Amino acid sequence: MSDLVKVTIDGITVEVENGTTILNAARQIGGDIVPPAMCYYSKLKGSGGKCRTCIVKVSKGSEKDPRPMPKLVASCRTTVMDGMEVLNITSPEVLEARAGVVEILLINHPLDCPVCDQAGECDLQNLSYEHGLQKTRYEFDRRTFDRIDIGDKIQLHMNRCILCYRCVFTADQITNKRVHGILNRGDQSEISTYIQTAVDNDFSGNVIDVCPVGALTDKTFRFKNRVWFTKPVDAHRNCSHEKCNGKVTLWYKGEDVLRVTARKDQFGEVEEFICNECRFDKKKTTDWTLEQPAVISDTSVISSNHYQTFKPLPVIKENLALQEANKRELEKTFKI
Amino acid sequence: MGRKLLLEHINVPGINTLAVYREKGGYRAVEKALKTLTPEDIVEEVKKSGLRGRGGAGFPTGMKWSFLAKPEGVPRYLVCNGDESEPGTFKDRFLMTHIPHALIEGMIVSSYALGANTSYIYVRGEMMPQIRILEKAIEEAKAAGFLGKNILGTGYDLELYVQPGGGAYICGEETALLESLEGKRGNPRIKPPFPAIAGLYGCPTVVNNVESIAAVVPIVNDGGDEYAKIGIGRSTGTKLISASGNLVKPGVYEIELGLPVEEFIYSDEYCGGIANGKRLKATVAGGSSVPILPANLTLKLANGEPRLMSYESLSEGGFATGTMLGSGGFIAFDEDQCIVRNTWNFSSFYHHESCGQCSPCREGTGWMEKILHKIEHGHGTMEDIDLLWDVQRKIEGNTICPLGDAAAWPVAAAIRHFRDEFEWHVKEPMKSQSTNYGLANYANPIEKAPEEVKSQN
Repeated sequence: MSDLVKVTIDGITVEVENGTTILNAARQIGGDIVPPAMCYYSKLKGSGGKCRTCIVKVSKGSEKDPRPMPKLVASCRTTVMDGMEVLNITSPEVLEARAGVVEILLINHPLDCPVCDQAGECDLQNLSYEHGLQKTRYEFDRRTFDRIDIGDKIQLHMNRCILCYRCVFTADQITNKRVHGILNRGDQSEISTYIQTAVDNDFSGNVIDVCPVGALTDKTFRFKNRVWFTKPVDAHRNCSHEKCNGKVTLWYKGEDVLRVTARKDQFGEVEEFICNECRFDKKKTTDWTLEQPAVISDTSVISSNHYQTFKPLPVIKENLALQEANKRELEKTFKI
Repeated sequence: MGRKLLLEHINVPGINTLAVYREKGGYRAVEKALKTLTPEDIVEEVKKSGLRGRGGAGFPTGMKWSFLAKPEGVPRYLVCNGDESEPGTFKDRFLMTHIPHALIEGMIVSSYALGANTSYIYVRGEMMPQIRILEKAIEEAKAAGFLGKNILGTGYDLELYVQPGGGAYICGEETALLESLEGKRGNPRIKPPFPAIAGLYGCPTVVNNVESIAAVVPIVNDGGDEYAKIGIGRSTGTKLISASGNLVKPGVYEIELGLPVEEFIYSDEYCGGIANGKRLKATVAGGSSVPILPANLTLKLANGEPRLMSYESLSEGGFATGTMLGSGGFIAFDEDQCIVRNTWNFSSFYHHESCGQCSPCREGTGWMEKILHKIEHGHGTMEDIDLLWDVQRKIEGNTICPLGDAAAWPVAAAIRHFRDEFEWHVKEPMKSQSTNYGLANYANPIEKAPEEVKSQN
């Protein structure tokens, strides 16, 4: 087939369709070599390229032009070429740059995970756990914004925002009308509605699901529970909205449905967007036809309370190389 | 006396009017190009001339033009980048104020060469007087038949528009400029696709600096080969340099590329030396975003050869001992200037002008500014200097557009060459608030490398 191209990522070769991005090629391989993505969202056209966490090194441009690319590139926006060789977790340069990006994303992010509803399913939390430093080198006051109210369904916490623009693309592409956007410039940029308009239309709730951090959270679930104490169950209903097929995940605490979200795939992206009626108004088991417990990745903290698992999973993976590295780190700490 | 191509008639009274401009040989290039040359001929001449983009990056203009995609039935655009906002650079404003017809003539010829029937001049929003001047000049040119339908009876149509910018430094980046021109928020686009494939309104577009476009006029008049004879090596032609800082005669100078830096600073024909009899401490050779150099490395290369004003010579030695010609914003610092304060100043500019789209630049520029503010005001520690170095490394090369690099390079170069001064600020916090570090060893002459060392290299 002529429209298939070969790309090698961290030594693993995969054949993908021409025009695929490096990130999507890596997702086809799966596993540890998939670069993290904070702003890219495969369901939103034009997203990506902004957070820079998915940067990788292209050590060989293509079969025709084997020169390496001079800079690290954003894998979510760079398309593969035939014979391209990409280094992600095998390149110290990439890991260092990525750690730098994570640090930079965190300098102004409030450390309010203990009171943040996103904790436990937050991409930034996972990312900083994997790449971040133990303490910050930033010694100045963190940036804060005035609170604005964007309606009775969605809570906006601008201080937590990492400006991935996902919610802007969602409003542009999923809903009829966008009333929020980015105001101001530089590190004063903020998501806002200009003259405090409520973000309210049939699909507005989806901005909660696409938000990688706790900047946009569900007001009906606010402070109700920690996600890792709830149990996700896939369910569906006959939704009357023409664009919504009613396939959701219900989050149970005991007998109560605490919140409803869209179903998410292994990369944390929603499978299909759902309407606000399903999300906010149908919170009784009788509204839904239950299917099965939702599949949660066993690396997620949510799975530690999943009823399929009888005991919590070990925190450290049974990976010899990792255990060895941990031991070395521990010895280093003792020496100091 | 160097040859002048752009500013030859700058002192003629009334050169900003069409009548005087034509008297001095203006609009010859339009007649020659439209009546005797094909668009391909002009592109070929520009390629032969070796003209390199005058906006900063120095990319060969002819090459850029030949990359322009030419699909059937899709309009092509030429956009002139007049969003000159780099601290230290003011040559385009000078050109547009005093000799606007040079730009308009260049726009007509270049648009013809690229096959564009609609062209835009995007001028920085703060330059309202220049926008008025250009609009008046366009009216004049239109009345004389150089613009509009069927120019000079050749059947070529061109509409030229002036668009005031939104008032952001980032809109000088070509893709942010196109976004802004389309009426959107001026965020740089992620490349690829490059503007030559999908630019303004998704159509193939060329974005050129004001000076590059004006330089097309002498190339068409005299031929590319003639233009290529001026200058040195791959740096051909003349370049406008905006000289500022502690100089006897700051201002805009047109130089032949290849002029020694020493002559440019000290000769009476150009800047006339350092003001008030002081000594030179450092220079920024190409606008605020290029690395700052101490006096000795400004005048001489690391091997003792004199440094020349050319793309190659200024960047000789990479960033370790070199800098860049950039947009030609030449800033001189005398012995009383504080490099830490200056770096803080630049840094706060980039912090203010970051568009906020990608994270390293949005958060990192603010971080750098805060650390520099701390050091400058006597609260710094030695770790802060290392931290600053680390932060700039994390920004450089990891951003969507070159603003991240532009913010990181001056900080990196200041630490690389003036680390002593940063350390002095940390060690002598009280003294650094009232006195300056002074010249120190920054002007120590560089010995010419012995012959045998040179041959070994």
